Amino acid sequence: MGYDLSMRVWRGDQSGGDFGDYTVEVSEGEVVLDAIHRLQATQAGDLAVRWNCKAGKCGSCSAEINGKPRLLCMTRLSDFDPSETITVTPMRAFPVIRDLVCDVSFNYEKAKEVPSFAPPPRDADGKRRMAQVDVERGQEFRKCIECFLCQDTCHVVRDHEENKPAFSGPRFFLRFAELDMHPLDTHDRRELAQGAGGIGLCNITKCCTEVCPEGIKITDNAIIPMKERVADKKYDPLVWLGNKIGLRNRDYDGRD
Amino acid sequence: MTGNEMSGDARGGIERHRYDVIVIGAGGSGLRAAIAAHEAGARVAVVCKSLLGKAHTVMAEGGCAAAMGNLWPDDSWQVHFRDTMRGGKMLNNWRMAQLHAQEAPERVMELEDWGALFDRTEDGLISQRDFGGHKYARLAHIGDRTGLEIIRTLQQRLVALGIDVFMECTVTDVLKDPSTGSGTGAVAGAFGYWRETGRFVVFESPSIVMATGGFGKAWKVTSNSWEYTGDGHALALRAGAGLINMECVQFHPTGMVWPPSVKGLLVTESVRGDGGVLKNSEGNRFMFDYIPEYFRAETADTEEEADRWYDDKENNRRPPELLPRDEVARAINAEIKAGRGTPHGGIYLDIASRRTPEFIRKRLPSMYHQFKELADVDITAEAMEIGPTCHYAMGGIEVDPETEASVVPGLYAVGECSGGMHGSNRLGGNSLSDLIVFGKRAGDAAAAHAAGLPEPPRISEDDIAAAQRDALAPFEVEGGENPYTIQQDLQQTMNDLVGIIREGPELEQAIVKVEEFKARMARMAVEGHRQYNPGWHLALDLRNMLLVGECVAKAALARKESRGGHTRNDYPGPDPEWGAKNLVVTLNSTGDGVDLAEKSLPEMPDELKQYFED
Repeated sequence: MGYDLSMRVWRGDQSGGDFGDYTVEVSEGEVVLDAIHRLQATQAGDLAVRWNCKAGKCGSCSAEINGKPRLLCMTRLSDFDPSETITVTPMRAFPVIRDLVCDVSFNYEKAKEVPSFAPPPRDADGKRRMAQVDVERGQEFRKCIECFLCQDTCHVVRDHEENKPAFSGPRFFLRFAELDMHPLDTHDRRELAQGAGGIGLCNITKCCTEVCPEGIKITDNAIIPMKERVADKKYDPLVWLGNKIGLRNRDYDGRD
Repeated sequence: MTGNEMSGDARGGIERHRYDVIVIGAGGSGLRAAIAAHEAGARVAVVCKSLLGKAHTVMAEGGCAAAMGNLWPDDSWQVHFRDTMRGGKMLNNWRMAQLHAQEAPERVMELEDWGALFDRTEDGLISQRDFGGHKYARLAHIGDRTGLEIIRTLQQRLVALGIDVFMECTVTDVLKDPSTGSGTGAVAGAFGYWRETGRFVVFESPSIVMATGGFGKAWKVTSNSWEYTGDGHALALRAGAGLINMECVQFHPTGMVWPPSVKGLLVTESVRGDGGVLKNSEGNRFMFDYIPEYFRAETADTEEEADRWYDDKENNRRPPELLPRDEVARAINAEIKAGRGTPHGGIYLDIASRRTPEFIRKRLPSMYHQFKELADVDITAEAMEIGPTCHYAMGGIEVDPETEASVVPGLYAVGECSGGMHGSNRLGGNSLSDLIVFGKRAGDAAAAHAAGLPEPPRISEDDIAAAQRDALAPFEVEGGENPYTIQQDLQQTMNDLVGIIREGPELEQAIVKVEEFKARMARMAVEGHRQYNPGWHLALDLRNMLLVGECVAKAALARKESRGGHTRNDYPGPDPEWGAKNLVVTLNSTGDGVDLAEKSLPEMPDELKQYFED
C-alpha cells in the first residue's frame, strides 16, 4: 500500500539550478503528478509545475521522468520499484522558466507558419459530405494533445538549438500531413512542409512516435507519406516534366 | 505571447495594453467570442490562465448537441428546445434555450468550415449520437474527444486570424471607469499578472467577455481541471453583476472512483448512449426502480424494451440509463447509500458484456485508453466502477439572452460562467453547443459596445494600486497558514455539506464554515517569490472559490425545493412557486459577503408554451 517515495526534482531557473532530494508519502494507484502535488502541498509550496486536466487530455504536464519525455499525470508509480528514486526534470529541448516549467513558445510560433484550412464552398443544401474512411486519416493526427513531447525528443532540435528556425518539428509535420490529407482542403502544402517546415531534416528515427502519449504513428502515418509526396512532386523527373508543361496541377503558394 | 518580453512605462512600471475587447478565458466560448469580435472589426485579445489550447473544453467528450437532422429528419430546433427546457426542469431562460436550439446547427457547420473533422453518417454527413435527455440522436461528435476537436479548431482559426493571446496570465480584478459612478459603473479594463514572472499587467478595454468556465474545484470530488475556481463568477460579482441559479450544481453520474488519483475524473455519457448499463453489486440493472413520473411516458420500463431501443428507436422507449443526469446521479447515490455499491464505493457501468471489443474501441477510444492507462482496467472485458462527481455549474452571471450582456455596461459573460441557459440541470452535449452559439453572440455584442462609445473609458490609478495591494497581500503575512490546507478544507466542506444531496442544517453549518475560512484566509501566507509561484497563484484563486462557495451554500439554503441539480432531503419534491423564480446573488454593501434576492423568471410566449402541452 502506501510507502515513502524518494524523488529528485530539478529546482531552478534560467540562471541555473540543482536537484532537490525529497521523500514523499504516496499510496497505491497514484501517478507521478500526485507525488509532485503532495510535495507542493507539504514541503515545497512554490515548486513550479504545469498541469491542467490530470487525465492525459490537455498535454500540459510534460516533463522528463528518469530522462524519458512523459506526461506526469499518465505515469503510474506502479511502473517503478518502490525502492527506486524517481528523477523528474523539465523538458530539455526548451528553455526552462522555473523548476519543471519550460518556455514552449517555440511551438506557438511555429503554429503561425502553417497556413489555415481552405475548403471549397458547401454543397447546395448547405452541408458538407465526406466519407468516414477519408476523415479517419486526419482524425488520427487530430488526437494530438500538443504536449510537445515529440518536439522535446526530436534530436534535430534537442541537441541542435540552431536548427529551430529552419525546422518546425514532428508536431507540425503532423499538422501539415493532416491538412494535406483533409478530404476538403484545397491547398497544397508540400512546398511549405519542405521549405519553411524543414521536413527534409527529419531522418526518421521514430523517437517522436515512441514518446507520443496518444499513440499517434507520427513517423509512419504522417512524416513518411508527407516526405514521399514532397519527393514525388519535387524529384520525380516525369512529374517535374508534367508540371513544366502544365499536365499537373500547379501549387498554390498555400497561404490565404 | 508568453510574457517573455517585459515592458513598462512611466506610470509605475506596469505593463499596459489597449484593446477594444478583452476575452478572459480561452476555452470554447472565449475563443468563439474572440473570433466573432475580431470579425466584427474590433481589436481583440484573449487572456488565459494556461497555455492556449489547454482549457477545460479539451475534457468534453461526448459531443455537441445540434438539431441538424442528419440521422433523424424529424429532429428540429423545437424538439431540442423542448428537451433542453424539460432537462432543466423549466428553470431555464426560455429565450436562451430557444436561440441555442435554433443556432447550434449553423455554428457546428461553421466549425467544419474551419477544419473540424467530425465523424460521418453513411451519407457522408456529420454523425450524431444519442445522449441522455435528448429525444433524437443529435450530438455531433468525433469519437469521444469532441471537446478537443472543437478547441483545436477554434485555436487554429484564432491563429489564422492573428488574434493576440496573453497566455498564462491571470486576471484578478475588473477595473471600472470611476466617472460612470458607483454601483454598476462601466467597464474600463482588467488587472492581472503574468504567471511566468509574477509581474503585473493592465488591459485597458471598454468591453470584457468573461469566459472563465465553472467552479467545480471548490469540491473535493470533481471532474474539473485546476482552473475551475470560479474566477469569472467572482470577478463579475465584485464588479457589480448578479449571479443566478447558483444552487444548481450538476453532479455527473459517472466519474471514476478508483484509483484515488483519478477519483472524480469523467466517464463520458456516451458509454450509456452506446449501450452501457448501470448495475449494483447484486448484479441488478437498478435504473428501472428510479424512473420519475415526469419522464415515465418516454422511458422503457422493462429491460427487453430498453434493449430493443438501441436497434429500433421508433417503436421502443429509451432506456432509463439515458434519463437526464440529475436523475441518474441521484439513483446511483441512493444505491451506494443502501449498501449495494462496489468495493471502492461506486456502481458498475457495464458495456463489456453488451458490445464487441471492436465496437467499444472504435466508439469510445479515449475511455478505453483512460481506463487502461490510469486504472489498469480493460473496459472491453470488465465493468467500470463509477460514481457521481461534481461536474458543471448551471449557475452563473445573469445576462441578456440576445447579447450576453450583464448589468455592468461593457461586461459580457458566456459559457459555463454565465447563467440561465441550462436551468437547474444541463443536458449532455448542450455545453459545447452553448459555447459556440453564445460565444458568437457575446463577441458580436462586445465589439458593437466598444465601437459605439464616444470616447474610451478611463482607469483610475488608485484602483490599479489597490488591485496590486490585494494581489500581494499573501506575501505580507509572516508564518501564516498555507493556502493548500485551506483549499483542502474548503473542498471537503463543499463535498460533505453542499454536495449532491442537501439538508437545511448542513447548509447552515457550511455557511458558518465559510466565515471561518474567510478568517483563515486573511492570515494566509505564501513562501518564495513572485516568479511562477503556484502557492501564490492558489492563494489568489482561493479567494474566488470561497466567494462562489458562499453563493452556492446560501442559495441552496434559500431554495426550499428539489429541482434538477439542487436536491434537498428536507424538501424532496419540486414546488411550482419556486419553479417560477431565480435567486439572484449580489455582493453586499460592505463587500465581505453576499446578499440574496428573488426574481421572477421571464414569461414564455404562448407559441413556445404549446410544445409543453402534451
